[in-house]
Amino acid sequence: MKMFTAELEDQLREVFQDLVDDVTIAYFGDGDCYTCSETESYMEEVEALNDKIHLKKYELKTDVAEAAKYNVTMAPSIVILDSKGEYRGIKFNGIPGGHEINSFIPALLEVSGAGNSLPKDVMDRIEAIDKPVNIKVFITLSCPHCPGAVHTAHKLALLNSNVEAEMIEAQTFDELSNRFNVSAVPKIVFNDDKELLGNQPIQQFLSTIEAM
Amino acid sequence: MDLSFSFRMNDLKSTSLQQDKVYDFLAIGAGPAGLNAALYGKRKGLDVAVISKKKGGQIVDTSVVDNYLGIYGLTGEALAGKFLSHLTDLEVPVLENTEVVDYFSQGLLHNVVLSTGEIYQAKALLLATGSRPRLLSVPGESKFFGEGVSYCAICDGPLFKGGDVFVAGGGNSAVEAALDLAKLANSVTIVHRSEFRADKILVDKLVAHPKIKIFLQTKITEIVGEARMTGLLVENLKTGENQVLMGSGIFIEIGNIPNTAPFDKLLKLNERGEIITNTKKETNIPGIFAAGDVTDSLYKQIIISAGDGAIAALAINEYINQTEF
Repeated sequence: MKMFTAELEDQLREVFQDLVDDVTIAYFGDGDCYTCSETESYMEEVEALNDKIHLKKYELKTDVAEAAKYNVTMAPSIVILDSKGEYRGIKFNGIPGGHEINSFIPALLEVSGAGNSLPKDVMDRIEAIDKPVNIKVFITLSCPHCPGAVHTAHKLALLNSNVEAEMIEAQTFDELSNRFNVSAVPKIVFNDDKELLGNQPIQQFLSTIEAM
Repeated sequence: MDLSFSFRMNDLKSTSLQQDKVYDFLAIGAGPAGLNAALYGKRKGLDVAVISKKKGGQIVDTSVVDNYLGIYGLTGEALAGKFLSHLTDLEVPVLENTEVVDYFSQGLLHNVVLSTGEIYQAKALLLATGSRPRLLSVPGESKFFGEGVSYCAICDGPLFKGGDVFVAGGGNSAVEAALDLAKLANSVTIVHRSEFRADKILVDKLVAHPKIKIFLQTKITEIVGEARMTGLLVENLKTGENQVLMGSGIFIEIGNIPNTAPFDKLLKLNERGEIITNTKKETNIPGIFAAGDVTDSLYKQIIISAGDGAIAALAINEYINQTEF
């Protein structure tokens, strides 16, 4: 069954007019894992909407080299690659459905080179990040504030190669969510240690990283 | 799988306002009051812009809006998206992720200082900054925030699937949250210190729901737990009896506090901390108007805030035409 209505397809086609370079969605499934078939067909529908969007499908257990390359350890997982096939630190663990389509679509656009730059003082602080930072953003699909936090984390990853940012759908990966004691979202965890709760401004993300 | 698509390309383009000019009017806040005021102002030919913390305001946190004439079954976010599209089509700039932190006047002109340091100037201001959730103010509430205590049922509800949860409050928001949570949770207990204020149509659904328990005339005195919350200490206000109710989460929906800073020092407020306005939405300072949940308007509803915004914009237009700047 199709996920997109005709109306949504039209809206997305229009938004994708702003894609600059090609982008590739690398999708990792694992047999009939929870939401895997749904996520896979969702990605197929996205690919069909614009020639600049490409889809590569992998299996977590058999495509071991690719999974290791993009640091993928769960399924379904999606990483977004730029026109050179480079991983830019932007990952979605679990289906980016519900409200989270609003972080998935801008991720495609921004990896393709669309979008504006940030104010200079913020850019300077992002460029100054010189240690590896992993950002996990735990979300639920019914949370309207969550895409904002995911987008901010992804933006940091895009602008500094030391940063990797991943959305984690809390219900699909409930063991991981329990380990990080997630009972309110968005919960943002830096290097599995420092935490922020709620959709915080990019300055707050930076202050947390700078204090580590 | 539902998809709540609301992204627009403009979200990636940063809107900018000009610091070196005098706007006719600046709406502070992008909920229904601020956005509708901007719409009416723009159509009157005024040079208008919106400065906001969060596009859409509080309606974004509402799962479904069923009481806006002509609109039903739409999510709060989708309705906010429609409001914003209307303004985007009219090329009204809407600044986001920023807050007014200070204010000063220069003669008849009003200056607002933003958290980002920018200063903007206007002949008139509309304060439509809305409100934020009221806290229970009981022991354990801040300790267990994010460890069982939540102020957003639609966001955090799914994390309590199969659990036993509480809702504090007796208004429409509380009853809607309880009905929403009952779809996923094992049980929902609604605790309120007086009687229901919610619409009868909602209370009837609540009473008939097999998973929902109701404790009226009951005061929450403490949220208890170890690393996470494990229950509530409550007092029956009729009998004075205390008891512990077990549950892993509580959703607090007991009303709101108006966001009046930094104008609270200048403006007359009522005993609830709301900005006092007259029928033209004027405050005690000429050129500063207020509308929506931040004001002393009687009922906090989307359609009422939108209507108040329209009144304010028309009054601002009149004020600008009648004043020599």
